[in-house]
Amino acid sequence: MKGDDMRASDERAADERADETLRLDGNAAAGILSEVFVPDLTTARATCANCGTIRAMGALLVYAHGMGTVIRCPACGAVVLRIARTRTHLWLDPTGASLVVMAGAPASSVT
Amino acid sequence: MSSGTLVTREPRGSSVPSRAPKIAWRLATVVDVVTETPRARTLVLDVPDWPGHRAGQHVDVRLTADDGYQAQRSFSIASAPEDVRIALTVQRLDDGEVSPHLTDVLRAGDRLELRGPIGGYFVWEAALGGPLLLVAGGSGIVPLMAMLRHRATALVAASMQARHGVPARLLYSARRWDDVFYRRELARLAEDDETLEVALTLTHEVPAGWTGFRRLIDRMMLAEVAWPPAERPHVFVCGPTPLVEAVAAALVELGHDPELVKTERFGPTGGSA
Repeated sequence: MKGDDMRASDERAADERADETLRLDGNAAAGILSEVFVPDLTTARATCANCGTIRAMGALLVYAHGMGTVIRCPACGAVVLRIARTRTHLWLDPTGASLVVMAGAPASSVT
Repeated sequence: MSSGTLVTREPRGSSVPSRAPKIAWRLATVVDVVTETPRARTLVLDVPDWPGHRAGQHVDVRLTADDGYQAQRSFSIASAPEDVRIALTVQRLDDGEVSPHLTDVLRAGDRLELRGPIGGYFVWEAALGGPLLLVAGGSGIVPLMAMLRHRATALVAASMQARHGVPARLLYSARRWDDVFYRRELARLAEDDETLEVALTLTHEVPAGWTGFRRLIDRMMLAEVAWPPAERPHVFVCGPTPLVEAVAAALVELGHDPELVKTERFGPTGGSA
């Protein structure tokens, strides 16, 4: 199952890499990420599920298209996060990130 | 305050990590539209309940047409966190969907929908220390100007020793002299502060008597302008994607730590359409 996903991902990668100059940084996805996550995700450290590289989200590569945003690992090119938007929903595919560590959001406490 | 300390006014947005409120869309009011170059304008905005920002952050701007069609683009904040109003410098792309409206149509008193501040990664404040190396291509100068404006305010009452602790250099690439944003302000900042150096490179056309660089930024130019990697400068590179990637790669080749080289790619044209 994972192999199929990665092959499909490679095909999409070929399309997307054709437009290399459209590549942006993690910061470019910060706006849409703020609709999903409360803490600022650009400083969160994400672990690529494909190669294990750990970088701040701001250092990942963003490819933004009309329908959505693809965030890739700068080391191996695999998709780390995929966000797509329809008229009624926001789709988040987080399977490319095996871990995301965010700083400083304290647990709400009840005293 | 002793002569050895930096004066850093804590930006209202504070750098202490906290459970940040979700970034909401707000209606800002245009206070002024300032001409920077023939194709670029700075919009000075009053934003209700603005939480404050950090130098390097951006906002998303949303335009809604009469038929409900919406277009959204990101713009870097040009103003220092210490300023009460926020300023966005926008370069007009002739076939752009959003920029021509901002540069040619908006007037003082008009309203603009925006959300922010956005992006905690590509930010610098004086407390992070230096040396500080800024590399700008075209409109990539905007977020870096916010950093220089913040630095100037933070160091205004600092001792020479404190200033030398946070030295800064800007390498700014533009096509022609006429395309250089903030020309006079950059000259004044550099003149008033011996710990700030500004180097320009013009790639298409130079004015008579030009003594600055006159080519695309390359590895040799970076080696000349940048601090040695052993100094571990904080580096921020911003502009069109091809320039940013070439500069970042060259800096890493020269030995700079990739974790200290932060990039903000503006896309193929280097400006928001």
